[in-house]
Amino acid sequence: MAENNSILTALANPTRFLALSARVLPWMAGLSAVLLAVGLWLVFFQVPDDYQQGATVRIMYIHVPAAWLSLFLYAMMTGSAIGTLVWRHPLADVAQKAAAPIGAAFTLLCLVTGSIWGKPMWGTWWVWDARLTSELVLLLIYLGIIGLWRAIEEPSAAARAVAIMTLVGFVNIPIVKFSVDWWNTLHQPASVFRLGGSTIDASMLWPLLVMAAGFTLLAVSLHLSGMRTEILRRRVRALSLLEAQQRERAPVAAVVAPGVAR
Amino acid sequence: MIRTLVAIVGRDLHIAARIGGAGGLSLVFFLMLVTLIPFAIGPDLNLLSRIGPAILWLAAVLSTLIGLDRLFQADEEDGSLAIMLASETPLELVVIAKGAAHWLTTGLPLALCAPLFGLLLALTPQAMLAVSATLLVGTPALTFIGMVGAALTARLRRGGLILSILVMPLMVPTLIFGVSAAGAATGGTVPFLTPFLILCAISLAALVVGAVAAAMALRAEG
Repeated sequence: MAENNSILTALANPTRFLALSARVLPWMAGLSAVLLAVGLWLVFFQVPDDYQQGATVRIMYIHVPAAWLSLFLYAMMTGSAIGTLVWRHPLADVAQKAAAPIGAAFTLLCLVTGSIWGKPMWGTWWVWDARLTSELVLLLIYLGIIGLWRAIEEPSAAARAVAIMTLVGFVNIPIVKFSVDWWNTLHQPASVFRLGGSTIDASMLWPLLVMAAGFTLLAVSLHLSGMRTEILRRRVRALSLLEAQQRERAPVAAVVAPGVAR
Repeated sequence: MIRTLVAIVGRDLHIAARIGGAGGLSLVFFLMLVTLIPFAIGPDLNLLSRIGPAILWLAAVLSTLIGLDRLFQADEEDGSLAIMLASETPLELVVIAKGAAHWLTTGLPLALCAPLFGLLLALTPQAMLAVSATLLVGTPALTFIGMVGAALTARLRRGGLILSILVMPLMVPTLIFGVSAAGAATGGTVPFLTPFLILCAISLAALVVGAVAAAMALRAEG
């Protein structure tokens, strides 16, 4: 824990974070691309058709990782929210801001692929089933959080407001996760991570795990580059504010020392 | 401390009753929604009596929202929020008092008038009673959940829209159990008490979470 703390403290320096992330990012993005390529090859050419679902089962390899990541990114935003409110970590709100659009995108991807999968299997694009509904509510919460970021101009005030909203919205996460266990619904219950082992056949499980790893690395790479962009955006904002201030003072300086003033 | 809280509730009730206050307007809005929906779906009394509880609950959610954006914004503008922040009374209790005043001027009248508006929707007496009872215990949850959004947007000039977008997803469980309790009273497989008690639990949880989160939001921005 102490070591972990010191790493977090070291990363609190944005310049150090930028340097470190610049070194890590190409490797992560590259590895993610390789894993996704291998995963897609496995999915399209190696995985057998399901005995009931046929080829449509291949949608699962996009759908399930996207669903996991929609929850993972929200959990990460919650961690960052605590980091913002409790430890006032200077990069926590940057991490949170960068995660929100990515999480929303994966949630949407999950809903869309689920819908495309649902049409041939369930015979409908959409049902008001507990998991589908709670995932939709998750998307709405993501969108609300993005909206709140855009509504408050001052970044630090926005960060605290969004952090509180994120914590309140976290009640939805256990509902999404356990909805299929609590209510007997159309959506199937958890079959990969469960007590007593996975119920998916190994020939289908391994490609799924490869895809999940590739997607997770993709999400982390996107998140890191989003954080880098946000840090640079804030620097640009600070610099332009500074410049505007100097412009205001410039006429006075020109009167005092015409030769020196720019 | 109790006197401070009573004073806050009394002040907000006074303001709501004055010219320019929102008291009574949310009730008019509620009636407006209940009137509009039959125009949209047609005056089929069988259909209306079946979905009547849902219409009343939806109308209650929307009417709760309309007064919320001014809940803390008005205090922020005239400076009384700064005094509340500086006072010795814990801010969590102050926001509960503010929420209680809001509920007394919106949620309570809605619950009391619901049977009357139920007549327009051809509800049976039993259903009217059930809707009224569920609104009575469920609208506090709507107010206290909405209070968090009101606190978060207190300093925004145009916070109404973002407030609704923030809090409406969080109101979904309240709506589900409110409507299912009202529906259970008029028949169905679930006993009335099961969803009704969950609704009570949601209101109590919203009271605590809403008070803590709203106080945190007001402090963070102040």
